Amino acid sequence: MEIKRITTPLDEGSVSRLRSGDKVLLSGYIYTARDAAHKRFMEVLQEGGPLPIDIKGQVIYYCGPTPPAPGRVIGAAGPTTSSRMDAYAPTLLGLGLKGMIGKGKRSDAVKDAIRTYKALYFGATGGAGALLSKSVRAYDVVAYKDLGPEAVARLLVEDLPLFVINDIFGNDLYEMGLSRYRVAQTT
Amino acid sequence: MREVQVAEVAAAVERLFIDANVNLSESVRERLTRAVDEEVSPAGKEVLRELLRNAEIARDEQIPLCQDTGLAVVFMEVGQDVRFTGGSLDEAVATGVRNAYDKGYLRKSCCDPFTRKNTGDNTPPIIHTSLVAGEKVRIVVMPKGGGSENYSEVRMLTPSQGIPGIRAFVVDMVRRGGANPCPPIIVGVGVGGNFETSALLSKEALMRPFGERNPDPGIADLELKMLEEINKLGIGPGGYGGIVTALDVHIKALPCHIASLPVAVNIQCHAHRIREAIL
Repeated sequence: MEIKRITTPLDEGSVSRLRSGDKVLLSGYIYTARDAAHKRFMEVLQEGGPLPIDIKGQVIYYCGPTPPAPGRVIGAAGPTTSSRMDAYAPTLLGLGLKGMIGKGKRSDAVKDAIRTYKALYFGATGGAGALLSKSVRAYDVVAYKDLGPEAVARLLVEDLPLFVINDIFGNDLYEMGLSRYRVAQTT
Repeated sequence: MREVQVAEVAAAVERLFIDANVNLSESVRERLTRAVDEEVSPAGKEVLRELLRNAEIARDEQIPLCQDTGLAVVFMEVGQDVRFTGGSLDEAVATGVRNAYDKGYLRKSCCDPFTRKNTGDNTPPIIHTSLVAGEKVRIVVMPKGGGSENYSEVRMLTPSQGIPGIRAFVVDMVRRGGANPCPPIIVGVGVGGNFETSALLSKEALMRPFGERNPDPGIADLELKMLEEINKLGIGPGGYGGIVTALDVHIKALPCHIASLPVAVNIQCHAHRIREAIL
């Protein structure tokens, strides 16, 4: 399986080179945010305030890691289900977010926004939190510390193993997989 | 009458939760290893290999397999000739959970359902206690992740819907879950009893070892048929397409009301974290 390497921040050029189904090793800074942090992002935006992080060109990882044991950078750090962030993602893509990492399919509205704003949705393997933590070199909480595992953290990652799920051309790895491997039921 | 100190229960619960979260069981490792050969999709194979590597890393570095270290579910079968001493049994279980999630650096994933405020120590646990004959205490712990639990449901089917209705419901739940519950999954199905019993049966069904069929030949056949149907859906490991969507289907059944056909589906992720001890 061919592997493509990319580095954050992402721009239209780097985003347009990738296709659904590509195996990718991603390096650079990314941000964790999940349910509660996204809810706060929306509240801040509604009040007209700036987000606690500048998301232009950035990648958000839907992840709430386990607490690190002494001497470790981070605990297990796998993806959570992305669809719970579907209500918020188009707004963030409109503000320049270029990538999202999670697991599971996205809504049509998110897929449309991915095409419109030229971004990518990556899948990390659900349940591979120990493996994924090996790619994390630094972990710093940058906002909403009170949310504990749901705080927004900046991660420095090296060769984080991902698959491209949704690309800017409207492809979807989940649909590609189903159409290729689904067998008609005979019963 | 045999006396059991509740502190022993607390210690066992603590040890079991850390073990379940860090060490992939040998039976799951073997099943996933076989799945690498069974799977035909390259991406699916890659995901399965990642999961096996993940288990090695978790074991070698003593870190959790998954960041979702679950809501703490505890089943206890208490021998009726046991007398607990040293305090409340449920309190002891909660202490064991609190200690496991603190000392094991496990994520606290329990919150108030309305305010969403984290309880801070992963308590309260979900405790199911039943009385059985004898003077032993069997403790089964299941740290249950949210991703798989979210694709679980109870449905009150009508008797006329029968076995085809059960099959359609179960397969549809897996289809709807897609990649979200972390396939390859294990499917627990509870059939019969009443509304709440069917849900409990579906969770208990998950506790049966891989490949072990329901003792009723008709139900055993249904398990295999549903497994085959599910693996034709094409979801595959990680949802990236493939033929290994479920590792097994287990049905547990009880008689029900003549007017009802309660069916519950409880989905379990590939890590299938379950541990037990007998005191």
